[in-house]
Amino acid sequence: MQQFLDTTLGGLVLGAVYAAFALALCLIWRSTRIVNFAQAAMAMVTTYIALTLINADVPYWVAFVAAIAAGFGLGAVIERVIIRPVEGKAELNAVILTLGLFMVLHGLTAITFGVQHRGFPAPVSTNAIAVGDSSIGITPFGILTIVVVAVVMAGLVVLFRFTDLGLRMRAAAFNGEVSRLLGVRVGRMLTLGWALAAAVGAVAGMLIAGGDLVNPAFMDPFVIYGFIAAVLGGLDSPLGSVIGGLILGLSLSYVTGYIGEHLAPLVALGILMVVLLVRPSGLFAAAAARRV
Amino acid sequence: MFAVEDLSAAYGPVKALNGVTFTASRGQVTAVLGANGAGKTTLLRTVSGLVRSTRGSVQLDGKDITRTATEKLTSYGLAHVPEGRGVIAELTVVENLRLGGLHRSTGSEPMPIERIFELFPRLGERRDATAHQLSGGERQMLVIGRALMARPSVLLLDEPSLGLAPRVVAQIFDLLRGLVQTEELTVVLVEQNARSALSIADHGVVLNLGKVVASAPAAELAADEQLRHAYLGF
Amino acid sequence: MERLRSLLRPVTSVPLARHLIVALVALLVVMAVIGMSSQYLQTRYAEMAYFAIAAGGLTLLTGLSGQLSLGHGALMAVGAYAATLVLERTGGESLADVFVALLVAIGVCAVVGVVVGVPAARLHGPYIAGATLTLAVAVPRLANQWDVLGGEQGLQVPVPRASELPAWIQDLIWFFTAVEIDQYSFLAYLGWLLLALTFVALANLSRSRVGRRWRAVRDDDVSAELAGIHLGRARVVAFTVSAMCAGLAGGLMAMNVRLTAPGAFTITLSLTLLAAVVLGGLGSLTGALIGAGVLAFLPHFATDLGESFGLSATQAAEVTPVVYGLVLMLVILLAPAGIVGSLRPFLARLSATSALGSTKEKTT
Repeated sequence: MQQFLDTTLGGLVLGAVYAAFALALCLIWRSTRIVNFAQAAMAMVTTYIALTLINADVPYWVAFVAAIAAGFGLGAVIERVIIRPVEGKAELNAVILTLGLFMVLHGLTAITFGVQHRGFPAPVSTNAIAVGDSSIGITPFGILTIVVVAVVMAGLVVLFRFTDLGLRMRAAAFNGEVSRLLGVRVGRMLTLGWALAAAVGAVAGMLIAGGDLVNPAFMDPFVIYGFIAAVLGGLDSPLGSVIGGLILGLSLSYVTGYIGEHLAPLVALGILMVVLLVRPSGLFAAAAARRV
Repeated sequence: MFAVEDLSAAYGPVKALNGVTFTASRGQVTAVLGANGAGKTTLLRTVSGLVRSTRGSVQLDGKDITRTATEKLTSYGLAHVPEGRGVIAELTVVENLRLGGLHRSTGSEPMPIERIFELFPRLGERRDATAHQLSGGERQMLVIGRALMARPSVLLLDEPSLGLAPRVVAQIFDLLRGLVQTEELTVVLVEQNARSALSIADHGVVLNLGKVVASAPAAELAADEQLRHAYLGF
Repeated sequence: MERLRSLLRPVTSVPLARHLIVALVALLVVMAVIGMSSQYLQTRYAEMAYFAIAAGGLTLLTGLSGQLSLGHGALMAVGAYAATLVLERTGGESLADVFVALLVAIGVCAVVGVVVGVPAARLHGPYIAGATLTLAVAVPRLANQWDVLGGEQGLQVPVPRASELPAWIQDLIWFFTAVEIDQYSFLAYLGWLLLALTFVALANLSRSRVGRRWRAVRDDDVSAELAGIHLGRARVVAFTVSAMCAGLAGGLMAMNVRLTAPGAFTITLSLTLLAAVVLGGLGSLTGALIGAGVLAFLPHFATDLGESFGLSATQAAEVTPVVYGLVLMLVILLAPAGIVGSLRPFLARLSATSALGSTKEKTT
């Protein structure tokens, strides 16, 4: 029972991070119909930027904000310079392009910062919380992770549901031409979509790195887990992405806890295939079926 | 006054518009008629900058807007309602309308959404429905209402009758007629359904293969049997 | 000359015969080159051979049937582990052991190819990319799960010593190249022999009825289906064939590296194979060969270059993936026309959807 509880709590924390990551992919998918396979590498870069600042004695939360700002800028520049030419082109082009970007960012980070593992600090304790004599399977940093992801989610909901800017961004994503006729600067909205997504990715990177070791490959599994979580939720639905992230986090936590950690990616692949073949539009998609 | 002067456009080597000239007066409906492929939609798309013009100019109240970016035209008071009932299907009725009001004609007061619901009570009843749940007629009302939110002086309408039942077409055209008077609008109405269009239009322009073949008061066009048979199909 | 040509015509007009002749001539030239090369170069040639086999299979899949796979690194891992386990059991002392190991590698990958290919046949674009990428991450991790696979440290691969090869082979090689065969040249010869056989088989396959079906599926899946071609089946066969190539390549890689460990089969390996195929031009076996050549020779140049700019050895080793990534990006951004031919299925699909869209907004 104790193990089940611990595994569940661990799964929720993991799921929150997957959710943030899936959310970033979902934002980009909605605005440009591209799956950004470079998302994890971009978050890795911003995390390294934060680490550099922290090592230069900049306070943790300042570095946290700097990582978000760096992600925002990186996302905007990448959309403008690299992605813009392939928007609306054959979908394979964007896939290959973002994979190339993944390799470039990966390699450049390794060259700049080296490939060795480095410790990454956390703003709060990463030791399990003690209740009486025993400890339960969640840490203060785990709780912080869930809170931060919830805040990001809420912020995005407010942005998209209740602000004019959010309305413009959604309109630009759904129907560029009509939006232009209504006066929306569609190009800017797409850039903003990528920038926001990269900022959310940067948050996810900070949460994954906290209290752990980082090296240029530390985000690699999230290339696939973020994708799977987003596909679970339907890629188009931010709420679906979050639920998809939680489901994936819990599933993988149980697999790791009860069967074996090295089987986790294979189980994730199984989940992905089942969803794609049985319910191609995702578990929570309201819109019409998609072509997978 | 909305004036198109010698406007030309091409899709690659194919000339889709060839020196089109006409004017549309304030408070009037100007119908642009012609068969499928005559260049009617291209005309509107070129005016809006969605298709690049190769020659000629577009004037709005004396200002040259030929090369103005598509996104800026609403601030000049030009609203283009595209063919195919261009609602943004994923947004709700209210969101579509709000979107229409975000980029208004410069200096104009915001249009209260309730005003649109007075014009189109049916939309008011469905205000929280997503647009893809609407019927064809409701969608047409929504795009016209959304265009009005920008407080335009010129309204370009592309085939509003397409795919609608005759009764619905009559209803929408009636509303349009009323709007032209109350809002002092200049309406350019592109239609294949020439008979209905001429019934509410003040003036008619007939296109064939990208050229103007006739431009005359609507009643005159409707009376010209030869022209009707040759280009208008009724 | 004219006469000679007409005499040869019955042979050259048969694709299989033509391919065999080309392959044989090329093989003889390559063997002569390998024989004269240094040990370092022989190792590079061997590496180029197995990369080319894998890239050839991927070319067939992406260029001919229009599917993308980022999981071929995983399939190479499967081939490598299968071959290694067989060699461990048999001792790997004779040529027969080597061929048995490679055949098992191909066979296991054929099975995996079917298992993966059946669901993959129903996916496209980003979905098949994500799914096969997951495969690339998941499969090598399995080595840590079961002890028999040796965990992170991996498994040693026994390979026959050159002196234990049958005398007639040693004599044959000596006769052709005037150099005694040794460990390194043996693996290079073996690699290129198998590469030649693989490419003849692939070239022949793409010219055959099966190849025509694949192209039909790639160019226009709807019409292909209307013409009675079973879409799913055609794609599964293509996936399986390319998986078998990856298996063979993995087996050869294991023998060359002498160690099979999960660390060798990273996402980067899969993406590197993609880079080779994209660089060479999707759909062309010659392109795959050129891409494989780059894969085998570039890392050393790039690392040297990095070190000459003052990078440490580990940092300099990262120059290579940066170059591959840049290659992928630049080809897409600057020379999309170069791969458009093989992207036709995606373009067709795209124009099919935009045609639907534009009927709404077409000229009046």
